[in-house]
Amino acid sequence: MARAVTPRRKLFNTLLAWAVGMVIFFPIFWIFVLSFKTEGDAISTPLEVLTSAWTLESYAVVQDRSDYFKHFTNSVIIAVGSTLLGVLVAVPAAWSMAFVPSKRTRGILMWMLSTKMLPAVGVLYPIYLLFIEMGLLDSRTGLVVVLMLINLPIIVWMLYTYFREIPVEILEAARMDGASLRSELLYVLTPMAIPGIASTVLLNVILAWNEAFWTLNLTAAKAAPLTAFIASYSSPEGLFYAKLSAASVMAITPILIMGWFSQKQLVRGLTFGAVK
Amino acid sequence: MATQHSRSIARLMIAPATILLLGWMLVPLTMTLYFSFRKYLPLRGGDLGWVGFDNYVRFISSSSFWPAVATTLIIVGGVLFITVVIGILLALLLDQPLWGQGVVRILVIAPFFVMPTVSGLVWKNMFMDPVNGFFAHMWRAFGAEPIQWLSQASLPSLVMIVSWQWLPFATLILLTAIQSLDSEQLEAAEMDGAKPLRRFWHIILPHLARAITVVVLIQTIFLLSIFAEIFVTTAGAFGTKTLTYLIFQRVLESQNVGLGSAGGVYAIILANIVAIFLMRIVGKNLDK
Repeated sequence: MARAVTPRRKLFNTLLAWAVGMVIFFPIFWIFVLSFKTEGDAISTPLEVLTSAWTLESYAVVQDRSDYFKHFTNSVIIAVGSTLLGVLVAVPAAWSMAFVPSKRTRGILMWMLSTKMLPAVGVLYPIYLLFIEMGLLDSRTGLVVVLMLINLPIIVWMLYTYFREIPVEILEAARMDGASLRSELLYVLTPMAIPGIASTVLLNVILAWNEAFWTLNLTAAKAAPLTAFIASYSSPEGLFYAKLSAASVMAITPILIMGWFSQKQLVRGLTFGAVK
Repeated sequence: MATQHSRSIARLMIAPATILLLGWMLVPLTMTLYFSFRKYLPLRGGDLGWVGFDNYVRFISSSSFWPAVATTLIIVGGVLFITVVIGILLALLLDQPLWGQGVVRILVIAPFFVMPTVSGLVWKNMFMDPVNGFFAHMWRAFGAEPIQWLSQASLPSLVMIVSWQWLPFATLILLTAIQSLDSEQLEAAEMDGAKPLRRFWHIILPHLARAITVVVLIQTIFLLSIFAEIFVTTAGAFGTKTLTYLIFQRVLESQNVGLGSAGGVYAIILANIVAIFLMRIVGKNLDK
């Protein structure tokens, strides 16, 4: 909806938008700043914080004292593992619903979506109990499975909306040329489906990385991903602003970068195609 | 077009996802329902038998139930109001021609990607701490007494934290919707001499109605179950116990599983009421 406006109006819009953007982004900017300060400087007034010396000390301390890298690895394994497992299960389902729709397709899709609406706390104890029974409490395997299940509806839905945009005529042409189901999948569909699959993976890694109900309730020291590790700073000892900032910066930076690439998928993935 | 053969293959391909989700839904749900009718105290005697609707009655008549309902409503309502109103204004602003639009957009959506435990703790300590927080420094710089944010103004503080997290979502969706608006219609209205406010009221807002509904419904579902933000800031103290948090405490902290499960069933019913409306909108779109 780009309309011609006077340069003065554009300047005003620009200044206002930048001001608002910076206010919203400020907390994130601030933890970046604090993470490069000593604990003593981090609690001083904002002006003193900005003018004090910069240091990488906190990053080293966080790694030394709390084995940060272990929790980071847990986050990577849980987020990537649950997403890939989910995609593995969802691709065939989405493919068949998009290309061989039946009378029940709509019902199945809606039902899958409805499982996403189930409030986690309503099934907290049963899952907790099952985890104890199966020895999955505080294990990465258990979390991979649970996060795969809670994101599966979104994965199926996103893939379905992407697959539906692939023109069926191309598949029919391939079939006419005598392509088998296998070569149809491998040479015709896969190349066209890859961008959609990549977008789906991206958004769901982000969602799984930031998930903070099951990760907090089902892990302890061993399998805790970054969400749970950061939560341990809610009852800290002594000064901790710089350490908390350094840990936070390392926890959110990879996802911030991925998130900026996934703006478009975000709308599609989280509104289930209701807003385009 | 599809042969009998490809149909049966198609059915086979849906099976894994369907079976997994069916199990994920039915098994824990059945257990919650079962527990909700029993006196079940894992640490104090275990399963003590059938009690009918006793847990359901006790959950509602406990002194913490109505305050939890009020807290939930204030948080959900407050965050919805702030994110939708500011989200519309921001979307309108970002839709205007301006320099560096892409960068501003990145700045605005960034909070959505910050994990809930980080944003909860960063706001609690680096901003709202009454001694060393950013706000306390600001207040003192102007000679004012710093506010004890999370204890004296606990609900507004939480609404602020959660709104900061969800504003990007509302803005992004509303912006997407505004950008799909037919600009000719707006130009025609402009030529006819319609003032900006009238153009907003009669053209833009009706066009956004659907997107706003979607934002409200989806956010409601997520906001009803916010957990980590409360867990790391107040842990349910200072009147911040939502329905979700109350159930969590009943189940895991005081290990009264029967009572907590009855609460869980209420939460599931509540979420389903919201879900029905959302599903109707999504379903309509599916037919197009």
